[in-house]
Amino acid sequence: MDRRETLKSLFLAPLAGSVITSTACSSISGNTQPLISWTPLPTNYSYGRTEIERLSDQKLFAETYFREHELVTIAVLCDIILPNENPNGGALDAGLPDFVEFMVKDRTQYKLPVRGGIAWLDNYAIENHGADFINISEKQRLSVCDDIAYADNSNPDLQTGIRFFSLMRDLTLTGYYTTERGLKELGYIGNSPNVWDGVPDEVLKRHGKSYEPEWLAKCVDQTKRDEVAEWDEDMNLLG
Amino acid sequence: MAEQIYDVIIVGSGAGGGMATHQLANAGLKVALIEAGDFYDPADEEQRTQLRYPWESPRRGASTQRRPFGDYNSCIGGWELDGEPYTQKGETDFMWWRGRMLGGRTNHWGRISLRFGPLDFGRRDIDGLGDNWPIGYGDIKPYYDKVDKLIGVFGSNEGLYNDPDGYFLPAPKPRLHELYYIDGARKSNVPVIPARKSILTKRINHERGLCFYCGQCSRACGVHADFSSSTVLIYPALNGGRVDLFTNSMVREVTTDREGRATGVSYIDKKNHQDLQLRGRSVILAASACSSARILLNSRSSQHDNGLGNSSDHVGRYLHDSTGASRAAFLPDLMDRDIYNEDGVGGMHVYTPWWLEGANLDFSRGYHLEIGGGMSMPSYGFGFAANQYNEYLGKRVGGYGNQLRDDIRRFYGARLSIACRGESVPQYNNRCELDPVVVDEWGIPVLRFDYQWTQQEINQARHMQDTMEELLEASGGVTLGDKPGADQNYGLTKPGEIIHEVGTTRMGVDVRTSVTNEFGQLHDADNVFVVDGGTFVSQADKNPTWTILALAWRTSDYIVEQMRQRNI
Repeated sequence: MDRRETLKSLFLAPLAGSVITSTACSSISGNTQPLISWTPLPTNYSYGRTEIERLSDQKLFAETYFREHELVTIAVLCDIILPNENPNGGALDAGLPDFVEFMVKDRTQYKLPVRGGIAWLDNYAIENHGADFINISEKQRLSVCDDIAYADNSNPDLQTGIRFFSLMRDLTLTGYYTTERGLKELGYIGNSPNVWDGVPDEVLKRHGKSYEPEWLAKCVDQTKRDEVAEWDEDMNLLG
Repeated sequence: MAEQIYDVIIVGSGAGGGMATHQLANAGLKVALIEAGDFYDPADEEQRTQLRYPWESPRRGASTQRRPFGDYNSCIGGWELDGEPYTQKGETDFMWWRGRMLGGRTNHWGRISLRFGPLDFGRRDIDGLGDNWPIGYGDIKPYYDKVDKLIGVFGSNEGLYNDPDGYFLPAPKPRLHELYYIDGARKSNVPVIPARKSILTKRINHERGLCFYCGQCSRACGVHADFSSSTVLIYPALNGGRVDLFTNSMVREVTTDREGRATGVSYIDKKNHQDLQLRGRSVILAASACSSARILLNSRSSQHDNGLGNSSDHVGRYLHDSTGASRAAFLPDLMDRDIYNEDGVGGMHVYTPWWLEGANLDFSRGYHLEIGGGMSMPSYGFGFAANQYNEYLGKRVGGYGNQLRDDIRRFYGARLSIACRGESVPQYNNRCELDPVVVDEWGIPVLRFDYQWTQQEINQARHMQDTMEELLEASGGVTLGDKPGADQNYGLTKPGEIIHEVGTTRMGVDVRTSVTNEFGQLHDADNVFVVDGGTFVSQADKNPTWTILALAWRTSDYIVEQMRQRNI
């Protein structure tokens, strides 16, 4: 296939931040154009860590596990699983390659399955399309993914690939839906001070549910929540 | 300067230690409080995990060895601690949880605050198994009442004999999936009532804040609207000036004099790796059931050659944990649901107490049902098996690209789950003891566990699975995963996994078969007390915290009275 076409198909609109160039690819064509780029994630976090935890996370960030070729393959897979062409952006916009890299280093049980999975994917791509996964055409890549993306495929030769793709899909989705973009797409409302006063009426109606008066009588009257509780001697809450 | 001699030295700052600290300092005693972990305050910005979005963590809230319930969870500790191993005997697979922070595991618990009922103190009289407590509900009721008022607990008075009424704050309204559960349970003639949790839905004083419904009690509350031993009991006690707090201090043993009475404790200052001692007129162990047992077993002397308080050879015996099993379902009715803020309080708003007392079953002792599900803030794990529910819709599972986004949105919040928590039958042979060889990083002999469930617990788990399947289906759910069968002990959790371990220093009248009297006072040393779950004769199908608090208050009153009479 035309190497330039691969690069073109992988070269997305320039994003702020990290640019990875696969040395494996450059050596084929001598082309130094970036293969794929994504929004980088921070490497410094502050969220109530103990000193030991902080140091342990720093160590993880400093660790290099993946070769560039592997990281590019991860990025290409993340991009296939959740493409950027969407109002809330996709995997690369959300920095997924950085997230996947961190999680694989953090959960060491992922290290071998992901490394081995990438190697399996490359072997499969070479066997069927003559080059490793990132160096075949986009159409060929999607054809490979079609072979391993579904749970109902019982072909015994594909089970390793199916398991690997499933893991990559899990990591990509969980990484995406735990970003601001993901929460926005989901429509999640919460994580902020509020006063819960039950399911909205129209929702109750839509589901054919209602609050019984007997049950509501046991529930908090939110207009009085600020008054200090008092009871009579028979354990009845007053007021 | 003369060496400080404390009136009481309290080892451990969880529920029992916090309550004892609060009461005894209020009574004017000079208290030393020793905690193996660090100082902790959820209101401290440096330690805050509450109200953080998932992307504020590089692992998005995934669990770590140091935070097994996720890295926003406020408990620093876990089942595996660096430098503090434990061992197993035979086929045993006991999971030993240890908190290492001020407030201990009360920082992250579910706040489920259930009184034991009258039947729970006399199970032997009912089924002939285990033993009765030396006290009854009437002895502890005044303390439950006081705990309700001091700490605050929402719930409802239902007039249920074995799930007694209390001084409750009003309950939060059920969420939508909980309304589905209520309807489903009623179809199966299973009762449902408002949950009972120590979360302030209404003001109980002007010091603590009110619940603002973020659903994150497990991260500990910055306005102190839920109960943690540290925020509710220990900070006020520290402000009173009668308490010296020693953090990062690991107690090695209780020191004793020639008469066999306690003189204080020896401990390791973990920061400076120094062996130090504190002197006191009395020692209260509140280090958690197994840790207190370990300290006693390690406190050997010529007067206590089998370990302090262990002339009966009962320290460490009758160790037992709650049973557990769980199941989840997909609720097709909640597909494509409306999105609104239903964070609510941390965890469930409704639950099912044990409803088959006296029924003819192939196991003794009951269990309760805790309800989960609905829409919550995504964290690590969200989106795993994104479209598994497609299987039930006859659609293809898997794929990639934007169709995944549609599946995620459709299925978000369409989930109902149940977790059962049950009573096990305490066994003489289920125990922790000192490992003859292994020590921790400070050279202190570690615990070795020897624990097997009996057929009672296995049969109970089978019943749990049948119940959960029936109720999930009656609620309109399609159960997920395979129902665990006999080969998996019906999904029965491992001992220690529910973190309700109790019984290792059980109370009793007979000094040959118990370690303490009804006030947690060692039979063998009258100035040593235990105020954690160790003194439980049996762990009911209720979470133990409210009973630990009530008993610790009762013991504190007793200590004050005994000191007033100069008996201690």
